[in-house]
Amino acid sequence: MTQPAIAETRRRFWGRSTARTRQDKGRPLPLRKQLVLQAVCIFIALSVLLPLLWVFSLALDPTDRLRPAGLIPSGATLDNFAEVIRQPTINPISFFDLAKNSFLLATSVAAISVLLAVAAAYAFSRLHFRFRSVLMLGILAVLMLPPVVSIVPLYIQLGQFEVGDFNLRQSLAGVGIAIISGLLPFAIWNLKGYLDTIPKDLEEAAAVDGATRNQAFRLIILPLSVPALAVTGFLGFVAGWTEYYYSVIFLTGDVEQYTLAIALNGMVGQFATQTPWAAFSAFAILFALPVSLVYLLLQKYIISGLTIGGVK
Amino acid sequence: MTAASAPAPETSPPKRRRIFGRDTRTAYLYIIPALLVMATITFYPLVFQTAISFFDYRLPNIISTPAFPGGRPADFIGFENYLRIINDQLGIPNFHFFRMLFFNIFWAFSNVVIHIIIGVGVAVLLNTRGLWGRGIYRAIYIIPVVIPPIIVATVWRNMFDTSDGAINQSLTGLGALFHIPGEAFQIDWLRQIQDPISFIPLPLAYFALLTANTWLGWPLNSVVATGALQSIPGELYEAAEMDGASGWQKFRHITIPFLRPAMIPYAVYGFVVTFNLFYLTYFMTAGEPRGRTELLVTQAFRLVNDRQLFGVAAAFSVFMFFILLTITLLFNRVTKATASYDT
Repeated sequence: MTQPAIAETRRRFWGRSTARTRQDKGRPLPLRKQLVLQAVCIFIALSVLLPLLWVFSLALDPTDRLRPAGLIPSGATLDNFAEVIRQPTINPISFFDLAKNSFLLATSVAAISVLLAVAAAYAFSRLHFRFRSVLMLGILAVLMLPPVVSIVPLYIQLGQFEVGDFNLRQSLAGVGIAIISGLLPFAIWNLKGYLDTIPKDLEEAAAVDGATRNQAFRLIILPLSVPALAVTGFLGFVAGWTEYYYSVIFLTGDVEQYTLAIALNGMVGQFATQTPWAAFSAFAILFALPVSLVYLLLQKYIISGLTIGGVK
Repeated sequence: MTAASAPAPETSPPKRRRIFGRDTRTAYLYIIPALLVMATITFYPLVFQTAISFFDYRLPNIISTPAFPGGRPADFIGFENYLRIINDQLGIPNFHFFRMLFFNIFWAFSNVVIHIIIGVGVAVLLNTRGLWGRGIYRAIYIIPVVIPPIIVATVWRNMFDTSDGAINQSLTGLGALFHIPGEAFQIDWLRQIQDPISFIPLPLAYFALLTANTWLGWPLNSVVATGALQSIPGELYEAAEMDGASGWQKFRHITIPFLRPAMIPYAVYGFVVTFNLFYLTYFMTAGEPRGRTELLVTQAFRLVNDRQLFGVAAAFSVFMFFILLTITLLFNRVTKATASYDT
């Protein structure tokens, strides 16, 4: 008797025990097991959603009390949002100006690191040259380090660039340079992982047709790696958008250059005396929602990229 | 092929391996822009860092004065900074280097174990055939992955607030059902000095951090485990069932061996990420109580931000480099040693 036949026979007699076999899709679970598993799943879902619901109801709370009164508090209002958009901290700068700085920082570091990285990643993935493995090892060694460890040298070295009143360290450009110093190795490694999965046959065929290396890169590899470029660019954008360590240490004094992360630090950081939780919640939502939504849309590509890299 | 329509360029005829002729010059053209940038802003700073770790480098050494434009020259002090770190002689209250190092390792290890257990458990749960709403659950469970860590950390700081946080509020609500007065749940999660379990030397703040990081960490593990689970051929389970294997036996002898190759590299990655996890500790506990939840990364940040001890912070970073290098190499050996275990 073949295996499917056995399974079929079993199903007729023991609806329950064969429910575990994997080949038959969509066969109903026994109801009791279904209900138990549903209860577990719902419990997990609630535990995941609890912090989000808490923050949303805090943000809608009109009383600015420290705890929301119910999921949608009575007299729910968007006043907290209006207030943090006008001026989230005691510093005279609006949410939009903060967001503008963060956006500028995020787009520049993402664009620069992806542009530089894709060419380098192509060379690491396809070309043979001296010191290739040494250089790749150097990049991996840097990846292992958290960005915090390069604060000291960058703080000192960027601070040495002074032209008149302009000090590179105390500018968004300086923060951008510091971010790129850690982001570029990551972008190279991430893109190389993706380029390694593109079959070489395509370029070989192009070479037979008379294409040069540059043409193969431009006309074959680049179009094929658009998803990876988008993901790497997006991760770079998130890195710039939420950048904390460098901004807080470097951008001292000039309120005009402050970013969203600095404002968040002003609200809940160690020097914040009284945390305005309702305003904080509204601010956190405005801060996180744009990147979270894009992340949600791209998550399939982002996660597969990370696991490709991880398994190697 | 799109390239075929391009004008025929002059190339040497295809060779056996190097189809595009000599690579070297093209390779350098591709790599030099990124390399120049990294040499300037990534590698040179790290070399500079190692250099100043041997100097008594402080704030006056970087502030320009009329007498010393660009800062006063720093004194060379050899390994003094390194010795002061490992002998806890920095004059920083509650700074104990080795206690911090052990706590950091334990922190990463305990988190990764929990992440993997829950991650695999949920992946198996959602892989149950015929379970209703699997798509919806998968969509909900991915949420922690997509929220920026800085927001996760600050929100959990709020959740564990003593007087008004969600955790104490929920406990008070639950307690009211059993007529326990609300004052019993004014728990100072993040700063309580007394250990909650007398024979386990871990502060309450550790458990609060663990809770937050469990929320943050298991979903990605679950995604990785799901990918591995779906590659297991269903026939294996059927064959095992015919041999009368129990549910646990199937899990032990089929599921686990198949998950292993995917999960172990991911666990290593998770360990390094958790080891260096800055935001939760920094925003939730700030190292409290008495520096017992401080991690190496948060301490490194504090040495610069709070104390401006640049030379010491540089030496500290060099220590971190070697610690991380050791961990990575160690894991590499372990992973390789177990790679052929039963696959």
